[in-house]
Amino acid sequence: MTTNLVDIRNLSVRFTGARTVHAINDLTLTLQQGETLALLGESGSGKSVTLKTLLRLLPPKRTQIDGAIEVNGTDVLTLSGRKLQAYRGEEVSMVFQEPGLALDPVYTVGDQIAEAVMRHKRISKVEAISTALDMLRRVRIPSPERRLKNYPHELSGGMLQRVMIALALACRPRLLLADEPTTALDATVQIQILLLLRDLQKEFGMGVIFVTHDIGVAVEVSERIAVMYAGQIVEEGTTREIIKDPRHPYTRGLLAANLHDAARGARLNAIPGAPPALETRPDACSFAPRCPLAEDRCRAALPPVHVPNARRRVACIHANAPLAVG
Amino acid sequence: MSVTEPQTPPLPTPLADSAPDKGGPAQPLLIVRDLQKYFPVRGGILGGKKAVVQAVDGVSFEVRKGETLGIVGESGCGKSTTARLLIGLLEKDSGEIIYDGQDLGGALSLRDLRRGVQMVFQDSYASLNPRLTIEDSIAFGARIQGLSDPVGRARKLMDRVGLAPDRFAQRYPHEVSGGQRQRINIARALAMSPRLVVLDEAVSALDKSVEAQVLNLLADLRREFGLTYIFISHDLNVVRYISDRILVMYLGEVVEIAPVDDIWSSQAHPYTKSLFSAMPSMDPDNRTKEPPLAGDPPNPINPPPGCRFHTRCRFVDSVCKTKVPALRPLTAGGQHMAACHLHDLGSGHKLAGKDVLS
Repeated sequence: MTTNLVDIRNLSVRFTGARTVHAINDLTLTLQQGETLALLGESGSGKSVTLKTLLRLLPPKRTQIDGAIEVNGTDVLTLSGRKLQAYRGEEVSMVFQEPGLALDPVYTVGDQIAEAVMRHKRISKVEAISTALDMLRRVRIPSPERRLKNYPHELSGGMLQRVMIALALACRPRLLLADEPTTALDATVQIQILLLLRDLQKEFGMGVIFVTHDIGVAVEVSERIAVMYAGQIVEEGTTREIIKDPRHPYTRGLLAANLHDAARGARLNAIPGAPPALETRPDACSFAPRCPLAEDRCRAALPPVHVPNARRRVACIHANAPLAVG
Repeated sequence: MSVTEPQTPPLPTPLADSAPDKGGPAQPLLIVRDLQKYFPVRGGILGGKKAVVQAVDGVSFEVRKGETLGIVGESGCGKSTTARLLIGLLEKDSGEIIYDGQDLGGALSLRDLRRGVQMVFQDSYASLNPRLTIEDSIAFGARIQGLSDPVGRARKLMDRVGLAPDRFAQRYPHEVSGGQRQRINIARALAMSPRLVVLDEAVSALDKSVEAQVLNLLADLRREFGLTYIFISHDLNVVRYISDRILVMYLGEVVEIAPVDDIWSSQAHPYTKSLFSAMPSMDPDNRTKEPPLAGDPPNPINPPPGCRFHTRCRFVDSVCKTKVPALRPLTAGGQHMAACHLHDLGSGHKLAGKDVLS
């Protein structure tokens, strides 16, 4: 018996076809009710695949999934048919990076929100429209009555993302998945959306998994951060622990690459090389080829996972060593 | 403890065949005066002109020899249009572009401008011809311009940007990673032996760890070849790291320009101030509480009259809605310039000179 909202155990996701890609390798992750977790990583690290697996959005024919996923006690990987439809939208919903692509251009935003509500809650159109109006108000869209009748192309990027959030939250899911929802937005709009998500999370009390490549964004929205690399979580902890006391060399490299405290003109401590292609399942530390602290042990076997406290872990043989210089 | 002598950096050696310096060190490498570019928006059955996008409107600035000028602003502010005007990819409606003392369209032909000014774009894949090998892509411009030994030049530059010529010369753009492609684009720009390189969001599409590698490379190349950069980005941290001066644009106009340390410690224009406070905090104990601005940047079609920022400005007064503020130094002869009525005691703004920003 657990109190976890999300419980992912030993998840592996492999894409087969012309080329095999081991996208997720033995990932274990838990999220408690009402918590906001940021999945931080670069392109190809498997953060979006993790979200799509949680919603069962991956093409079944070309995907092989192993492991177990439970959301609020439901075994997600065995869901099908109506149960899967009910799960998507009611239990869990998602906000995407490009709201312009995620919304249907030929329906008004009010109709789109109302459709989702009617489908799940079996209420009349009039009631659904009033729910939609209430949601637009909650995402702080100015003059919501007018906006309800707008088509997506009539709204700016920031407004569209607010509509997307309203749509995702209309059925009051317990879990919200956000896949880089602010990456396509301008800086002054991004911060508005981040603060909005933070407020709504408190208001609705839902769990949030927020995927981002930007540490600053993770700091603004999350209380916990899991750092992903090559389909694995290399370090996890509270946001404070990850920012103030990063233990994995990759996390430290990422923090340095953010440049927020880099001296002007000084040489950057860049991580050399590029992430691995993941054509084979990793049998050693995936970061070793780029790591300044790598030893023979790192290349021989998977790194041990250190668990300094209950919900903190670091997958590195150096995790217990004092912080390395630079 | 021994005292080490401060090392003097080796003098930069200009790229082979670089155009000789004409105006001397005091002549800015590039002067832009009242640059203007409007795009017509067509529509309707007959394709008549419906509106105009005032993409760049009266932009003036200078780029000194050997410095890096950072340009920041949000989408639609005209920073990319400015870049395209500078290398002649778009034709300007009016205004002057003066490269090393020579006026574009007058003493300076477009062909000569392209020898001196080169550009690196954001999308590393779209800006390379997929049918040319990497070596051919880099050698192409030099061959067209009739420079000697284009292939040898290409291989030397590939080596310099960290791509082993023997391994990469015969590959095609789709066979290499994003970071490597951006190195190819940099090598291609340098193959023309330019003196000014315009980098339009050149590192924005890269992953953070790769971005740092490319920034290191850009800094090395600048030192080695004595290059001048115009660095356009939306990432303030990156711009601060690489630039000597920062120029801030809003809806087609320059609102502030200043040396990087000055603008970092005190922003004179309310828009710049908002832009800086919109940066995500890196301190989990001290997160952002209030968004500095509400709403999205307005559409550059029919921008607001007077100061274009007045619709979102906290300090708006009646004068802002009618009179366009001029870009002027904060102190007489100073380098920090801003276009805001708050800093003009004679403007009639009720808060002028009251130091409300700090």
